[in-house]
Amino acid sequence: MRVNKSLNNPYLPELATVQEIIQETANIRTLRISLDDKEKMSEFSFRPGQVGQLSVFGVGESTFVINSPPTRKDYLQFSIMRVGEVTQRIHQLNAGDQIGLRAPLGNGFQYEDMKGHDILFIGGGIGMAPLRTLLLYMIDNRRDYGDIMVLYGARSPKDLCYTYEFEEWKAGGVNLVLTIDSEFPGWKERVGFVPTVLSEESPSPHNCIAVVCGPPIMIKFVLFGLKELGFEDHQILTTLEKRMKCGIGVCGRCNTGSKYVCLDGPVFSYEQIRGMAQEL
Amino acid sequence: MAGKIFIALDRLTLVLDKLSEKIDLWIPASLQTNNRELTGFVRRHAGMVAILDRQSTLPPKKILLPQVETLLRFEHRKDPQDPLKVSVSLDDKSEVRPALVFGAHPCDVRAFLTLDRVFTNGPYVDPYYLERRRNTLFATLVCLQEDAACFCSSVGSGPADTEGSDFRIIPVDGGYVVEALTQKAQSLLDSLGDAPTQHQEAQAMQVVEEVAKRRVGDLDLTGSAEAFRKRFEQNDYWQEMAAQCLSCGVCTHVCPTCYCFTITDEIENLRGERLRSWDSCMFYQYSLEASGHNPRPSKLNRYRNRVGHKFSYIPKKYDGLIGCSGCGRCIRSCPVSIDIRQIVGRLKENACESK
Repeated sequence: MRVNKSLNNPYLPELATVQEIIQETANIRTLRISLDDKEKMSEFSFRPGQVGQLSVFGVGESTFVINSPPTRKDYLQFSIMRVGEVTQRIHQLNAGDQIGLRAPLGNGFQYEDMKGHDILFIGGGIGMAPLRTLLLYMIDNRRDYGDIMVLYGARSPKDLCYTYEFEEWKAGGVNLVLTIDSEFPGWKERVGFVPTVLSEESPSPHNCIAVVCGPPIMIKFVLFGLKELGFEDHQILTTLEKRMKCGIGVCGRCNTGSKYVCLDGPVFSYEQIRGMAQEL
Repeated sequence: MAGKIFIALDRLTLVLDKLSEKIDLWIPASLQTNNRELTGFVRRHAGMVAILDRQSTLPPKKILLPQVETLLRFEHRKDPQDPLKVSVSLDDKSEVRPALVFGAHPCDVRAFLTLDRVFTNGPYVDPYYLERRRNTLFATLVCLQEDAACFCSSVGSGPADTEGSDFRIIPVDGGYVVEALTQKAQSLLDSLGDAPTQHQEAQAMQVVEEVAKRRVGDLDLTGSAEAFRKRFEQNDYWQEMAAQCLSCGVCTHVCPTCYCFTITDEIENLRGERLRSWDSCMFYQYSLEASGHNPRPSKLNRYRNRVGHKFSYIPKKYDGLIGCSGCGRCIRSCPVSIDIRQIVGRLKENACESK
């Protein structure tokens, strides 16, 4: 008995083609892709913060956030740091190359509930990618949200992504605070680790929601910092990263307690993951 | 239609031969020639002897979740006009044949309840598992073979449990009474044997009654899920519990409810496959991220996760279902004699006071 599962197989990627590549930093590239099936591309809908599994057939699949907002759908954008086997291969892709995509996966941000609030984005390194989608969504719906501050840190100016967009963010009414880890010739912005600059800036927790993403060590210290500033657990959102395989809450590996980062996340409030800090 | 038949011991091989003409038949059998100790489920060929007098070393898990399986095939094609242009085609067709698992123990069949929830009851349904599940019948032994590692009654099952079974196989004098429990099971028994005599039927009823009364294992799991959450951050406790662990992964390999898997690609020239294979949360590499960060870097984290997954996370996610079937294989197979019953049992000791 041959069973054709093509109609409803969550493991079967859609084919997509790379439209454009942007070299962000020495080891981060941004891919703009679109689904080969034009109808599926125009019907593709997702929430800011949802992720996709990119496939390079023969090497494997990895999970990345769709970092373009649903308000801009000419392409789907992914920013990829070269660290492992799959990302190494992704960095060798050229415009016109075919890849696979399983998306959207995961929960995304509850941006409806964030309306009317001030928003504090705190990003470190490649952790800016999942914040960018929500940030651009909010810029595109600017009147729905209060003050927006972005605190974005990287090791050096050369490690910042999306530098070519910073002016657009500022024009969109965003208070952009940039910091690097240590002094760099010609750098005029802040110097210091993200948690330190956070306590120097000391934003008010009043009617504010903090959205945090970065390396696990940064997340840990930023969470302490936000608590010190008076942010309640439910006012802090983070988007987590884990090694993932299936992306659909089955294969077991990306759990934090009984929650799967791929399915129940990647967006969690601090309230949800409190007590699991050891396994972030 | 036969609801019940009697199979005499000396006719068993013949009956299994007949059955394997009708359906893909899996039986517990020796996995090595000249070694009856190591047993597992194999697709039967004519004349093969079923070993029904003990629990198999390996569970029948692989019948519904193969150790390695192809999820999809891909092929790169070069454009003859422009060899730099390469297109990809995908194919996820697969073959599923009706199967019967003959002679599994109640713990092993019940274990599939956990897999069912994970693979078919979430927001995404796993079509590979589902197709095999729908096409597989289970003939389950009424278990007379408990040993010191068994604790099926502690997890809500028992040696006469028929949950998930399509037939039950009841050992009686001189053979087995096989009883169909589900509609789809009945027609398979046709022409395989005679109805049991009144005496055999009475004896079978008596066996079931007696076995059903037995309590196998005395682990009390009430409140264990909650105790685990309280214990979670007590690294001293987990350090002590996992101190002996070698991270060898045999507990997950022999476990009928462990289902965690990995997905990898294999390619030769332009063609390849995406494979799903069993993985083990006991391995350092399981959760290791490409950056070098590992959320579960030490064996205390990994062992804690295995205990938590079975006795706290699965119950929380799936209405109290315990992610363990009490088969005892992890206890029997562990090279350093770690006993999951002791670790789960001790969760509740002073857990409230110490936190």
